[in-house]
Amino acid sequence: MKNKISYDTLDKDTSDSRFLLNIDKIRLDFPILKETFPTSAGQEIPLVYLDNAATTQKPRQVIETIRHYYEHDNANVHRAIHKLSERATVAYENSRKKVAEFINAPSARQVIFTRGTTEAINLVAHGWGRKFIRAGDEIILSEMEHHSNLIPWQILAREKNARLRFIPFSKSNGTLQIANLEQLLSERTRLIAVTHMSNVFGTINPVRGIIQKARERGIPVLLDAAQAVPHLPTDVQELDCDFLAFSGHKMCGPTGIGVLYVKEKFLEEMDPYQGGGEMISAVWLDKATWNEPPHKFEAGTPNIAGAIGLGAAIDYLTSIGMEKITRYEQKLTTYALSKMQKIEDMRIYGMAPFRGGVISFYLGDIHPHDMAQFLDSEGIAIRAGHHCAQPVMRKLGVPATARASFYFYNTYQEVDKLMESFLKAREFFGYGT
Amino acid sequence: MELNELYQDIILDHYKHPHNFGEGNPLCTDVELENPVCGDHIKLMLYVDEKDIVQEVKFTGSGCAISVASASMMTEEIKGKHVAEAGKIIEEVLETMRGEKEPGILEDYGDLVALKGVIKFPVRVKCATLAWHAVKDALEKRKKDS
Repeated sequence: MKNKISYDTLDKDTSDSRFLLNIDKIRLDFPILKETFPTSAGQEIPLVYLDNAATTQKPRQVIETIRHYYEHDNANVHRAIHKLSERATVAYENSRKKVAEFINAPSARQVIFTRGTTEAINLVAHGWGRKFIRAGDEIILSEMEHHSNLIPWQILAREKNARLRFIPFSKSNGTLQIANLEQLLSERTRLIAVTHMSNVFGTINPVRGIIQKARERGIPVLLDAAQAVPHLPTDVQELDCDFLAFSGHKMCGPTGIGVLYVKEKFLEEMDPYQGGGEMISAVWLDKATWNEPPHKFEAGTPNIAGAIGLGAAIDYLTSIGMEKITRYEQKLTTYALSKMQKIEDMRIYGMAPFRGGVISFYLGDIHPHDMAQFLDSEGIAIRAGHHCAQPVMRKLGVPATARASFYFYNTYQEVDKLMESFLKAREFFGYGT
Repeated sequence: MELNELYQDIILDHYKHPHNFGEGNPLCTDVELENPVCGDHIKLMLYVDEKDIVQEVKFTGSGCAISVASASMMTEEIKGKHVAEAGKIIEEVLETMRGEKEPGILEDYGDLVALKGVIKFPVRVKCATLAWHAVKDALEKRKKDS
């Protein structure tokens, strides 16, 4: 099935009709995009949803699948011998297969369902890190990590007396200063954990180069792909990463479901993350043996409806085509950036040559919270704050940024509306007038 | 909910021209507070004389319009008051912002009436209360030190 698109070298020419999306038709699949908000003047203003890096909206295909599951198939999985349990189990395991196929994992047993990216990374920190990281060992992260790919390693490092080292990013354009990696690598490096795509800058990091360097030294690599998998075709075999974590809710799926992909050789050596039902094979009062992967890592009743919903989201994304989605978002982002750069006193954080549709900005001296509040009154939903990346904000020297982030259902008209609203905000806060 | 309810003219005026913005005298009690959610930061400097009168209250830092305006209005309200009265006003404002008291109370406090609009925007209440928490801390710190 594999999408042979190299997103490190995406060309900017997207005029090719093979990559056109029928956005009007796509938007009909998302009931929430029809939401409007009343104004005091008695008008209704439409929702412009530009907070997709936080979470994406759900198409009715996903909503319907979850509803159908609860109305027709609901039962616990891998347990009872009755028809409903059988259906629920088949649907749950089918979703695992869909995920495996979507990221081109060699087998479905390498796909572990988690609550989300955060739990997936914590699972590695506990199940693998606690077992193999020793005092004095080093873990390499980047300075642009989301807290979810920073704090689990801080906790582990404190517990084991290990050391975290960081690939710096450039303040001028939000790219990783990858030349520094060489000197960060040492005999004690045990893991590299980096984000595939920054949730602040939108930067698509050169993960292939990082993985290649790690390979030469036999160091495993974890990719935080929370922002990447929803937007870029992902092939874990081609990437050759050891762990890959992502969330369902950022790719049209429900919240509370995520994925950890694990390379086969780590499946056996990794310890369970939590203990309980489902993850065991045989249990005595004083000992137990573990179930086969991936079940060994899925203690307790899982988020069955969530996993099935994620399967539906993958079906939906696949029906549109990940390559088309990437191309369209690239085009839309380029359009938005070119417009924003023309706005006086607009500072954009992150101008990497290879980037996704996440744009962090600061307009004049309008605080991001005021900007977000103003845009909200125009029906536009963006994010303002530190984006769970406080060290990034500190290095940039800003208390927060505003962030607009796109998905394939966003339109050029919505980008235009955002630009008009920027000018209105400027007027409202008496800036630049 | 209207944007103008939140960003009333009083708020925007104080935001653009904050009162008592700048460093305080060296004898001031300093308190620094941060709102981790928005990254807002305030340094509050308070000087109370031997008769327990707030002689000086100044602030620096960065924040959104609501937090800067609220800080500016707070300094205007507290300055020149006896610490006991200042303490009472601070409690009343914080309680009102938490929704524990009728917003109408703010009408007795001049410009502070503009904060009534903030109560309808729950996510912004933290912005408005940052300076009030800072001055409360400063009063307690001074009490402990003296």
